[in-house]
Amino acid sequence: MDIFLQQIINGLTTGSVYAIVALGYTMVYGVIQLINFAHGEVVMIGAMVAFTVIMAIVGAGAPLPPIVIVLAGVLAAIPVCMTVGFLLERVAYRPLRHAPRLAPLITAIGMSIILQQLALLIWGRDPRAFPQIMENTSFSLGGAAISSVQIAIILMSIALMAVLTWFVYRTKFGIAMRATAENVSVAGLMGIDANRVIAGTFIIAAGLAAVAGVMYGTYYGIAHYTMGFILGLKAFSAAVLGGIGNLAGAMLGGILLGLVEALGTGYISEFTDLCKWPVVGAEGMLMERCAADGHVVLFGSNYQDVFAFLVLIMVLVFRPSGLLGERVSERA
Amino acid sequence: MSAASPVLLEARGVGKRFGGVQALKDVSLTIRRQEIYGLIGPNGAGKTTFFNVLTGLYQRDSGDVLFDEQALDLASPYRVAEAGIARTFQNIRLFGSMTALENVMVGRHVRTHAGVIGAILRTGRQRAEEAAIKRRAEELLHYVGIAHRAGDLARHLSYGDQRRLEIARALATEPKLLALDEPAAGMNATETAGLRQLIEGLRADGLTVLLIEHDVKLVMGLCDRVAVLDYGQKIAEDVPAVVQKDPKVIEAYLGGGVGE
Repeated sequence: MDIFLQQIINGLTTGSVYAIVALGYTMVYGVIQLINFAHGEVVMIGAMVAFTVIMAIVGAGAPLPPIVIVLAGVLAAIPVCMTVGFLLERVAYRPLRHAPRLAPLITAIGMSIILQQLALLIWGRDPRAFPQIMENTSFSLGGAAISSVQIAIILMSIALMAVLTWFVYRTKFGIAMRATAENVSVAGLMGIDANRVIAGTFIIAAGLAAVAGVMYGTYYGIAHYTMGFILGLKAFSAAVLGGIGNLAGAMLGGILLGLVEALGTGYISEFTDLCKWPVVGAEGMLMERCAADGHVVLFGSNYQDVFAFLVLIMVLVFRPSGLLGERVSERA
Repeated sequence: MSAASPVLLEARGVGKRFGGVQALKDVSLTIRRQEIYGLIGPNGAGKTTFFNVLTGLYQRDSGDVLFDEQALDLASPYRVAEAGIARTFQNIRLFGSMTALENVMVGRHVRTHAGVIGAILRTGRQRAEEAAIKRRAEELLHYVGIAHRAGDLARHLSYGDQRRLEIARALATEPKLLALDEPAAGMNATETAGLRQLIEGLRADGLTVLLIEHDVKLVMGLCDRVAVLDYGQKIAEDVPAVVQKDPKVIEAYLGGGVGE
């Protein structure tokens, strides 16, 4: 099996999900310059609602094709998440619209915790397993395997990104969104009600989050009330990598982050296998263990989560505006 | 314009203070329908502050504005736009990373109503409305003479064209009163002549124009009536010929003592 190609495929899959979640961060940041830290929890709620509905349908024994069952889950999750997104803005962020920027930021972290705890109360603390209703067929692709779920996730993400791009650049509401992002008060003079645009942005971001939640949960086979936290932070890192506030940047950042993470995870144990490196002063001890086990791995694939944050740190140090971001002075 | 023309806008005792500075003090003025009304005064006299209060960007401390026989809600720019006042800015404020056409389309928002749900569901009404918005925006670009730049990003337009685009965007809100903040600033003689034609054409099409301008020749030649602000107070309001000879106005512009 070709590890490199396999990790590219895995990275594209998780990267697509990161991209869809990152879009939510970046859209909201674009219109109100707020990092909505509760966005990851909206993703989690999407997965939870969809799993609940899917389990209920499976439990009732309805003779429906699996794809219809999953679709029903997604269609149930979208309106729930949209409502959560709308309420978040209405209840938590709007009253703080003119407060110092730190206040809504801390509120966002608070909302993240509240939503997590609500999910804990509703769904309990045990992970929910995705019922095995779909045959996950694997196809061979140049020495690597790609599953039907991976293909579905990648295609679905591409479709969502295309629709969103069209929406933002071609519809009246999209134009209003971009105008508000550029200059709220001038947009107001043109009759754009900033409150409606901001509420609409939260709703759209939450809708995307719902789909992302179902994709992520389906891919890993489980949903859990804490799943939104790390996923949200990674997607946020992806948005910063691409340039926060920039839609194309969020898509690019998500995919790149997925790839970095997959390749990093795929190769880290090989690169940190001490038996392959001359370690001065510890030769004798190492040789014994290498002879016994064959490997002395310093960092294993359980270090998967560090790569996203390494990327975040590097971006913040070397290119804070992100890959496609404008210089900050241009926005001010 | 005849004095019999009905009143469109009446400001009564408008005041605005920034900390210790009284930027506007008890300013009252009356603008009649289809009038070209000039607002002039030395730098820092409060002209732009008056515009900002009138368009809801600043909140006034005192006074009221009657517009089209109703009390004008000055609380938000959105309400003012809805009531029928549109403006341009002294320092051009276009949406730079959007095309000229999109900038004008933004202006149609105030007169159209389909919302986010319609936008997602693509109702027939929504599609028809968007097509109408685009058509109207194209007409307006043609009207101000920059139809050929429709697809270009606003920030790539020449200075004069950006001014025209700002006017087209303001017109898209279907205003009754168009407020222009120094539209001729930085224009050469040819561009200024073109601007003058454009403003006269707007009036001929039924619009009322409020004009802040430093180009005295343009103001005196174009305006039906002129008000003069100095240190936040109105010191004169009349036809240009009378204002020009007003000793208070001369003193405000040239400084005390020079006229003696």
